[in-house]
Amino acid sequence: MKTDGGTLLTLASFFAVLSLFAIGGGNSAVPEMHRFSVDVQHWLTDRQFADTFALAQLTPGPNLIIVTLIGYHVAGVLGALVTTLAMCGPSGVFAFFVGRASDRFKGASWHGAVSRGLVPVTLGLTASSAIVIATTADYGWVAAAITAGTALTAYFMRVHPLWAFAVAALLGLSGLI
Amino acid sequence: MNSAPIPSSTEPPAANPPPSPAPQIQPTLWELFAAFATISLSGFGGVLAWSRRMMVEERKWLTPEQFNEAYALCAILPGGNILNFSVIFGSRFRGPAGALVAIAGLMGPPLLLVMIIGAIYAHYGDVPALRRMLTGVACAAAGLMMATVAKMMRPLFRNRAVIGPVIALATFVSIGLMHWPLPLVLAVIVPVSIGIAWVRI
Repeated sequence: MKTDGGTLLTLASFFAVLSLFAIGGGNSAVPEMHRFSVDVQHWLTDRQFADTFALAQLTPGPNLIIVTLIGYHVAGVLGALVTTLAMCGPSGVFAFFVGRASDRFKGASWHGAVSRGLVPVTLGLTASSAIVIATTADYGWVAAAITAGTALTAYFMRVHPLWAFAVAALLGLSGLI
Repeated sequence: MNSAPIPSSTEPPAANPPPSPAPQIQPTLWELFAAFATISLSGFGGVLAWSRRMMVEERKWLTPEQFNEAYALCAILPGGNILNFSVIFGSRFRGPAGALVAIAGLMGPPLLLVMIIGAIYAHYGDVPALRRMLTGVACAAAGLMMATVAKMMRPLFRNRAVIGPVIALATFVSIGLMHWPLPLVLAVIVPVSIGIAWVRI
């Protein structure tokens, strides 16, 4: 994998902009990461993207850590650092200044409107992430059954993510997928 | 893993929390770093739930009302919610240095961990057994996200309006099915959705 300044610059600028459009947290930006790194830049294959997503889920910490893995895959340690800083920087600076000013906003009526307006968008984005991951990872009816089974179990019961991951990994290991 | 009940991260924050007294205990920079590193390393997926447990219940750096206020603010800011929380929380106690230290605590340990994982994957990523396990995990993670969306959709339908589900569906079709660029889609949908919510107050 080539690691020239151009690649690092592309990583930095893409993730810096993405950090300001990632409303509702890291997982809602997954479809855009997929579109750019698989379809536009061809940095990863569909399968590698699904693997990267799975590895990020298995790592403790914010879901956003997937950007570090993408950066590492594209341009090694430097890529990982550049990508992480780009994803944390702009939104972090924004949060810093809003946080400072937030006492003045307390109880402002626009806050409720912004919050209510963003909820359905965030839900649409999270649903998109689920479908993008499911369609890049699925390789048959067993994989689809794992997705559906996990969805139903988690909807009707409280399931710790790690248990779901452990069962799914074992099913994968057993060669069913 | 911990089996103690953790608060749901999808829990809506209190609409109008009563004015909270200033917190009694002020964390030092080192305590800030250690607190966010601990939160980060103990949380799989729902890191925000763990932050409430530590900030409110264990360390008592925030009252429940103050936490809800900070959470409500972080949820509408762009970027990772917990990332925004660390910045706002750190800066409130220790200014810019506090914000930097908190974010370093949150991102530092998983950054190192994930680079080790990335290096292992680069060497063994083609081993069929590992690939199949990761595919299983990805499928399960997709299922978990679907369940979260389904749970969060319920209050949207309860509010007699159809506009919430319509906005969610429009977002899903343009991003999830059509694969249109995120900034373009958000530039149209976000103002429309907030505008409608504003008018309906």
